[in-house]
Formats: sequence, C-alpha cells, structure tokens
Amino acid sequence: MSRNIYDLIGLAAGICFILALKGLSSPKSARRGNLIGALGATVASVIVFFYANEGRALNNQTLILSAIGFGVLVGVPAARKVQMTQMPQLVALFNGVGGGAAALVAIVEYLKLGSDATTAVVIATVFTVIVGCVSFSGSIVTFLKLQELMTTRPVIFPFGRQIIGLTLIGVLLSGGWVIASGGTTPLLINGLLSLIFGILFVLPVGGADVPIVISLLNAFTGLTVAASGYVLQTTLLIIAGTLVGASGTILTKLMAEAMGRSLFGTLFGAFTATAQQSAGSAETRPVKSGSAEDVAILLNYAQRVVIVPGFGLAVAQAQHTVRELADLLSAKGVEVAYGIHPVAGRMPGHMNVLLAEANVPYEQLVEMEEINPTFPQTDVVLVVGANDVVNPAAKTTPGCPIYGMPILDVSLAGNVIFLKRSMRPGFAGIENELLYDSKTTLLFGDAKDSLTKVVSSLKSL
Amino acid sequence: MSSELMSNEIALLAIFLLSVFVGFEVVSKVSTTLHTPLMSGANAIHGVILVGAIVVADHAKTTLEITLAIAAVILATINMVGGFVVTDRMLQMFKGKSKPKKDFGDSK
Repeated sequence: MSRNIYDLIGLAAGICFILALKGLSSPKSARRGNLIGALGATVASVIVFFYANEGRALNNQTLILSAIGFGVLVGVPAARKVQMTQMPQLVALFNGVGGGAAALVAIVEYLKLGSDATTAVVIATVFTVIVGCVSFSGSIVTFLKLQELMTTRPVIFPFGRQIIGLTLIGVLLSGGWVIASGGTTPLLINGLLSLIFGILFVLPVGGADVPIVISLLNAFTGLTVAASGYVLQTTLLIIAGTLVGASGTILTKLMAEAMGRSLFGTLFGAFTATAQQSAGSAETRPVKSGSAEDVAILLNYAQRVVIVPGFGLAVAQAQHTVRELADLLSAKGVEVAYGIHPVAGRMPGHMNVLLAEANVPYEQLVEMEEINPTFPQTDVVLVVGANDVVNPAAKTTPGCPIYGMPILDVSLAGNVIFLKRSMRPGFAGIENELLYDSKTTLLFGDAKDSLTKVVSSLKSL
Repeated sequence: MSSELMSNEIALLAIFLLSVFVGFEVVSKVSTTLHTPLMSGANAIHGVILVGAIVVADHAKTTLEITLAIAAVILATINMVGGFVVTDRMLQMFKGKSKPKKDFGDSK
C-alpha cells in the first residue's frame, strides 16, 4: 500500500473521530457518534497491518494478533459486565492503560532509535513518558478511590506541598537529563518519578472532585497520544490525540463549572484549606427518624413530590423501586418529578444514565436550574441516597470542601425525607446540617428495602 | 522549502494546531447529561494509540523492546475496545427518550 493511500485512510479515520465527538455532544446523535468513532479506530488499526512493513507480514505478527485478542478478551467483558454504578472507575482504568500504552510506545521507539533520535523526537518522548506515566498512576489512584478500596477523603500528609513540589522538580530535571545526555537509565528514572508524581498529584483530591481529575487525566492521555504520534511521525495519532486533549480540556472546565469548582481549587484545594473538619459536637445532636408508614402518609397527602436521587440509590439498586413508587404516587394524583443535580452520582450525567436504565420517563427528570424555583411549592422532597448535592454547607460554610457548589435547595420545601443507611456523611465527607432540621424526617436503612416498605404501606393506605 | 509545499515539521504543527481548535469547537456546547458519555467516548478515541503500538511492535528487535511493545498493544486494545463498548452501553440507555412514550409495562 502506498504511503499516500495509507495517509488518506488515516485522514478519513481522523474525520471519523471529529464526527464522533460532534455526535457525542448531542443526545440524538450520541450513539451513532460513538459507533462512527469505533469504525474509524477499527479501520485505522486494520490498515496499519497492510502498510507498516511495506506490505509484508509484520515482524512479530502472531504475537501482535494474540496481544490484541487478549486485550479484547479483557476489555469487552469488563465493559459489558460492569455495573453502571461502577462505570466511572472503569473509564478511569481504561484511560490509565491508554496513557501507559502511549508511554510504552514512545519508550520502545526511543530505544530503537538510540542515538539516531533527533532532539525534537527526544523531547516528544520525554513529554510522552512524563504525561503518560502521570496519567497511568493517577488513574489507578482515582480507580482505587472510586472503588472505595482506599479512603475517598483528601489524603493530606505532612509537608505534602513540598514533597509534591520536589517530585515535580525531580521529574523535570530527569526529563532535562534525558534530553541532554540520552540513554536508558535517565529515561527509567524519569518514568519512575513521573509515576510517583501521578500518585501524589491525585491523593489530595477529595472524592467528590475525582470525576474532574479523571476528565483531566483523559485530556492528558490525549496529549500523550499526540506526542507519541509525533515520535512515530503518524498523522492520525496526532489528530486523534490532540482532539481528545483539546476537547478533554474543555470538558474538564465544563465539568468543574457544573460542580461550581475552579479547576485550580480542585487540584490544590486540599493543601490550601487547612484540614477544616466539621464540628465534632454535631454528631450527638438529635435527629427525627420516622417509620416507613410515616413516610407513606406524608407522601400520600402531598400535592407535589420531588425525588432527589443520589449515588446511594444506585448502590442499593433501587432505581426500579423508586420508579414504582413514583408511578404509584402519579396514579394517586400526586405530581412527581425527579430533581437531578448535574453531578448526582459520581460524574456529571451519571444519574441520568442510571435512571434511564430503570426506564424512568425522561420528561420527569428535571435539571437543577429548573427544579430549584419549584421547591417552595413542593410539599415533600424525598432524598434517596444523596447528601452532598443537598447540603446547605455549600452555601453557608466558606472553606468546606464543597463550598460554592450549586445545590438543590430542598430546604425550601415543606418537608424533607432522607432515606439513608446511616448518619455517615456523604462522599465529600462533610456533615449535613439539613439532617438536624425540624422539617426533616429520616428513614434509616438500605434504600431499596426502605422504598419497598414505603411502597407497600402506600398501597395499603 | 522551495521545492516542497511545506516542510514535514511545519505540516505536523499545522495539523496539531488545527486539531486543537476543532477539539475545542466540537464540544463547546454540550449538556451536563452527556458529560460522562462524552468523556468515555473521547477516552475510547485515544485508544487508537493501538496503531502506534502495532507499528513499534513491528520495529521491535530486542526482547525488552518486544515485551514493552506487546504490553502496549494489550493496554491499547483494552483502552480502545473496552472504551467504545462501555460508551455504547451508556448511550443505549438514552435511546428513545426524545419521544415521550407512556407505556409502563414495556419489554425491559
């Protein structure tokens, strides 16, 4: 295959990626967009077999094909079987391995070129190794945080800022060393320091902010791919990587805005806010807890009910039960709507995916800006497994980790019912004053069990 | 420079810069509902590093190079294939929501 034909097909794949991103930006065309992207990627991966070794079979072809087969056997079942609640960490993991792959690609090419590498190629290699390694190890930490294999709270250690600063200096110096002298050892040290920096960089980020970091690392991986595209002089990789890098940066900014956070505050907030823990006295204060019957009665005589679903609902797999409750209330003439916070769940838009899975009618899902003005006319708000997105501390307590995040103003409604497993604070680890409010009723227990009980009491009323 | 239209380096730089602007432009107006699928889809797209991994696996000579390159192929495949499949699963759930239907007892 001639270079020109190969490049033209590569260009077509690049256009597929642009159309894919464009399609993914609108609900109607999103699925088609994703398929176009998959088509582009598949075509690009197939034609490289016909071009890379001037038409002859590739060296190591059997190994390569087996490796691809193995990757498919790992990736597809993981993507198919993952619970929708655990999807964010899977995306983080996929992103991490992509960053790792890009770093490895540049390293192998660097090893092969040896002293033939031009300075520009070495610089691109160093960039790929640094950013790829940071993306890899950082994504692993975000995975561990979201999977709750480690604490979701910001991890702050003594002299944290200094240690991170020194590591970064080490990363840059060793990168300079590679560029100045070449060789394998400097590159190895550079890679190791970058891996450590990636871990240190994500550790201080609080659980609620992790999605923003995933998005940022996604953009990083994009840039890594673009740089290794330069190392390999492959236009398609430059186009694809840069597209993801640029759109990922914008997306990160949009996400941070949706959460009312500045990107800078997200990444460095844990160090500037000096471990401001909530008042310890709060936990002993009395709360009003009720039974499923009390909740059913409150709901039964309401005119308008707003359900605020949170991640706890998804964890308990209670989407279907909550829909049953909503249908029952609608049948009794109660007006029901779902108030969806932009970051309900673990990531922006995550809750919409989870509720769509339970066939909740789309027109009942109301976004935050539209539902907030209606709370004064709402009799009962049913908060199911959500906490941080209704926490008034975001408005009233400067310095707390979620301060400035827009919230659902559920305190303006007549009654607030919280379905909670325990008094444990939300993902962000902050006490919620609303739990102690006089118009709040708490129903403790697993969200699904509680909802099932409420549904059956409601039926008997 | 005189005989060619553009030097290779400049052409690559032009491709890079234009891609930056296209990348900014295509996602500038996206609703929060689609943030997660869009991120996941973009994530799958950079899995195309698989192409690079295949190229270096072809170049690789020493055992170290081959090992690293094959590892890259595996990781890139997981990123690409898994990424597109999980994005499709997410988006599957959005289907038909543009037309409000009122049948509760539907198939799923």
